[in-house]
Amino acid sequence: MKSHYSLVIIGSGPAGLAAATLAADHGLDVALLDEQNQPGGQIFRNMESMPASRVEILGGDYQRGQELVEAFRASDAHYFPETRVWSLNTQGEMGLIEQGMARMISADKVLIANGAMERPVPFPGWTLPGVMYAGAGQILFKQAGLVPMDGVVLAGSGPLLLLLAWQYIRAGVTIQAILDTAPLTNLLRALPHLPRALMAHHYITKGLEYQNEIKRAGVPIIKGISSLEAQGEMSLERVSYRKGLQRQQIETQCLLTHFGVIPHVYLSRAAGLKHHWDHHQQCLRPVSDEWGETSSRTLFIAGDGGGIGGARSAEHAGRLAAFQILYQQEMLTKQQRNQLAKSDRQWMREDLHIRPFLERLFHLPPALLNRLPDNTIVCRCEEITAGEIRREIASGHDHSNQVKFITRSGMGACQGRQCSQAVAQIVADQSNQVISSQSLYRVRPPVASLSLGQLASLFPEEQE
Amino acid sequence: MKTEVIIIGGGLMGSSTALQLALRGYKCLVLDREYPGRHASGVNAGGLRRLNRHPAEIPLSVAAAKIWLNIRDLLDSDCGTQFPGQIRVAENESDMQKLEARARQVEKLGYHHEEIIDREELYQLVPALSPHCLGGLMCRDDGFGQPFHALTAFRYKASSLGVEFRIGARVDQVDQFKGDWRVQTPVGSFKAPILVNTAGAWAHQISQNLGEPVPLSPGSPMMMVTERIPRFLDPVLGAASRKLSFKQMPNGTLLIGGAHMAKLDFNRERTEIEWRKLAVSARTVLALFPQLKDVRIVRSWAGVEAFMPDHLPVIGPGLEPGIFHAFGFSAHGFQLSPVVGQVLAQLIAEGMSEFPIEAFTIERFSSAKLISKQKVV
Repeated sequence: MKSHYSLVIIGSGPAGLAAATLAADHGLDVALLDEQNQPGGQIFRNMESMPASRVEILGGDYQRGQELVEAFRASDAHYFPETRVWSLNTQGEMGLIEQGMARMISADKVLIANGAMERPVPFPGWTLPGVMYAGAGQILFKQAGLVPMDGVVLAGSGPLLLLLAWQYIRAGVTIQAILDTAPLTNLLRALPHLPRALMAHHYITKGLEYQNEIKRAGVPIIKGISSLEAQGEMSLERVSYRKGLQRQQIETQCLLTHFGVIPHVYLSRAAGLKHHWDHHQQCLRPVSDEWGETSSRTLFIAGDGGGIGGARSAEHAGRLAAFQILYQQEMLTKQQRNQLAKSDRQWMREDLHIRPFLERLFHLPPALLNRLPDNTIVCRCEEITAGEIRREIASGHDHSNQVKFITRSGMGACQGRQCSQAVAQIVADQSNQVISSQSLYRVRPPVASLSLGQLASLFPEEQE
Repeated sequence: MKTEVIIIGGGLMGSSTALQLALRGYKCLVLDREYPGRHASGVNAGGLRRLNRHPAEIPLSVAAAKIWLNIRDLLDSDCGTQFPGQIRVAENESDMQKLEARARQVEKLGYHHEEIIDREELYQLVPALSPHCLGGLMCRDDGFGQPFHALTAFRYKASSLGVEFRIGARVDQVDQFKGDWRVQTPVGSFKAPILVNTAGAWAHQISQNLGEPVPLSPGSPMMMVTERIPRFLDPVLGAASRKLSFKQMPNGTLLIGGAHMAKLDFNRERTEIEWRKLAVSARTVLALFPQLKDVRIVRSWAGVEAFMPDHLPVIGPGLEPGIFHAFGFSAHGFQLSPVVGQVLAQLIAEGMSEFPIEAFTIERFSSAKLISKQKVV
């Protein structure tokens, strides 16, 4: 690895792959860093080693991943697998761990393409063994071909839940039930946006196809459930929920939940980029434009890390950012950029049509976060409950940073990745504030694992 | 009841002063630009250290140590305090000589809290220490507390005695108005005959506004904390010739400081970690405890603190009547905070303090002709 590149891209999902390939094809000196051992990101995880039978089960989108990875492999972009970025600043300086070794490198431009993460939603029992995110289920399947035992229950809302159910059915797994937490009113709120959404109808067609196959397989989809609870002594034994006025329960040893995905903003926040709270997507997003430009001249963002748009959009966004970087590095004229970027811009504009519909359809009821029972653990690293958090808010700590200082919520191994949203929501709700870009815990680097020995190995010339 | 004292800055010094004034029956209002503990007061290392204090600070620090040992009596909270001792480690002969000279200096001043410990005792107290060290200088009941908890305890106690705290009260302007000091903020304009400046890294802006400029530089000392590891260290460690403050917290995490400074954009109130310097900090820790190399750092941060050129605080009356200052603690104020509140309250209530504070006057930064016009109200 060199100590400087013209362009460093962080993340090898569709945005990173498309951007790296395009920039390298235009002669830019590009390094693509990724924490996995193969390109593809979460969506196309394990692409290059996956047996054909599993590709078949995962469905058609995986073919697209193959094309992206192959094009990237054929390009001159430098690829660094098993590389994590633990710091980044607006001068384009970043700290890395590459295969266990710490390094500092820099770049003229950095494209953050680090994608999305599961939206963390605490609920009673969510820390019991046997309860996982649907995303974890997907990782296990893509990486190792592992599926849950028969009788698994899926709960939450969002397209990934349906996709995973569809994939499990194709893999021969018997799903006991799908518990849909989206309030029935979501559909009513979404319907006015349906005509516009039909302009990007492939999403809807696909969604309906999943639903039909799930129904055909005889899996009950129980809509409009609330008060989800995982129960059991040492591990999950049953799932309990409210449907209408009645509480129901299902015996199971495995519950996979999904409440949508949100941008993975830890790196962009650590770098000091401007962010805003998106009330429709219910998450923090870096401020960026069509070309992936952020509040810093050096840092660009593309893909779900900039706001949830899905894999296809990420690919186009990655290309748009690459075009803009090539233009700024004087490797394309403005006319060339505009000419070449035409179809990508067109796609992005059309793709926007579906968003209002999807965002309303899968809108998370705020009660899921702010009506948590007092004894529910919110910060799972430090085992801080909703009640402890509420008590501190009541005694005048009306910002999540204060709650963090006083309770240690968000100070554990995950550094608030799992609880920051919930704590911010509880604080906002109890102190009558509107949630904003300032509501979450401040981000403290390093944003990825770094040992004392790794840090000590850096800057050997620096004396006390 | 009319406000008698306005305190600008709700951090440790401001809250402690408010508490002491309230105990003396004063009606106080504390203004904080954001929320109390947002900067240095909330995120410092929490050291309760008499060890290696500047001679001028020793009387205050010794008095503060007594209060901290029984902090619950004052604040109804133990503030996370523990007193396992603090040790400055000597790694070679010249370190040892330095520490011995220091011990003699403190003895000569009539204090006995700093003791030389030999190699054998050092390794009894810190068996995990790298074997090359020769001894150390120790304060046996020094220790540490939890800064944000302490600050909160000061604030709650002061509030319970009638002190009013206003948050988001960034001071725009201070002037005199009909015999009172008038403080204008986005949340209102407030008046009182006495004004206390405990504005931390912003204190020079207040004193400038009062016509009492000081050479204060805001700075951001960095801290790191690691994941939890099994207990191996009780005392708080420093080193004779390295920048280090190192302790294992009750929950097992390691807290590493050493006054290495972050990049600070003061106007935007933004700090950026200087990994170059934290790398040195990590090397220092590993020089003393090589077995910690695989321990993971989970978080680093830097608070915004006020530094004076001589690293001594300003404590005492201002040049104008009715003005009192306590700021510029240069990253070692946490331990002093209970006493600083007493000093200011004594100055305000009685016109004088039982503690020697000549070394901390604001006049030390004025030109010779600017003689104190102070008449205590």
